Amino acid sequence: MSADLRRRSVWPYALAAIVSLVGLGDSIYLTIEHITGQSVRCTVIAGCSEVLGSSYAVVAGIPLAAVGAAAYFGVFSLATLAAFGYRHAGTLLALLVVIMFLMTLWVLYLQAFVIHHFCQFCLLSALVTFVLTGLVVAQRRLRAA
Amino acid sequence: MKRFLPFAIIALVLLGAILLGWMLIGSQGPGTAPKAPESSGPVVPPGAQPPHVRGDVNAPVTLEEYGDFQCPPCGLLYPELKKIESEYGSRLRVIFRERPLMPMHANALPAARAAEAAGLQGRFWEMHDKLYENQKAWSDLADARPVFTDYARSLGLDVDRFTRDLDGPAVETRIFLDGTRAHALGIEGTPTVYINNRPAPFPAFMTVEGLRPLINNALNGTGP
Repeated sequence: MSADLRRRSVWPYALAAIVSLVGLGDSIYLTIEHITGQSVRCTVIAGCSEVLGSSYAVVAGIPLAAVGAAAYFGVFSLATLAAFGYRHAGTLLALLVVIMFLMTLWVLYLQAFVIHHFCQFCLLSALVTFVLTGLVVAQRRLRAA
Repeated sequence: MKRFLPFAIIALVLLGAILLGWMLIGSQGPGTAPKAPESSGPVVPPGAQPPHVRGDVNAPVTLEEYGDFQCPPCGLLYPELKKIESEYGSRLRVIFRERPLMPMHANALPAARAAEAAGLQGRFWEMHDKLYENQKAWSDLADARPVFTDYARSLGLDVDRFTRDLDGPAVETRIFLDGTRAHALGIEGTPTVYINNRPAPFPAFMTVEGLRPLINNALNGTGP
């Protein structure tokens, strides 16, 4: 790979690392809301208490938001390592983002058709995951080129 | 040096994430929000007068609830408050303040209007109880007003007057005045509970077991 091409294929990783920080901050906020019990209260922020207070917000006793925070931290770490040229980090990042993308589709389905409410913080997380998916795809295409 | 740089960045972000979580927990601790009415700062409006009070007017402990009739947690708090009221008898009085969360709860404002309109005929608490006891029956209706009118009829209210009052200025003013008080106190969620003018920690006040020590502390003069 030429130095120019390598530089070009690195920017999606750098951007993914930055974007994942938005998701990390968002999911930390949601986790704290859950832990402090605020998520089961009705608030002026429409829909969040319905979504975060639902039974789907907890998986095996762990708040889904905490799982999200761990996933975003994983994305940040792998994207940073990939940007610095660590060999398998890019592949692991792509795998993690695909899992997060599928999880996001499931959570969006739950909000739309089961809970019938949307939480704007969850939607922000979904947007971040979609952007991350786009960046991973862009990086793969650059590398293939 | 370059070899360790990515790990240093990752460690820095992990530290930042922990710090953010710690700061968020600190900012949501009990007593920080909402404010206490007697705290320094702008004067808190008194809300609708006279307030809706249940219990002995001379009770040493006053529990003030800001509620939304369509809010499910408020519906869960309702039976717990009933239990604690009967347990403490003349030592506790309960005040209800309107805090309909619009537009999230489309029927919250009509429900608040129904309760206040019943209040104009001296039956606020009866309508309050009926709204909470039947919350699931009307919450998702496109138009809940016919249901509220049925409740008014079953409570023996003058239905014509009730229907007029639903959109009348007296009802609107009461809800507005409670809203100005809630706004001044920074109340953005329901239910919010004050015990002797001090914010009670959420979700401790959601159960009889959680309320009991808060009320006992207020009785002993050590705060909720």
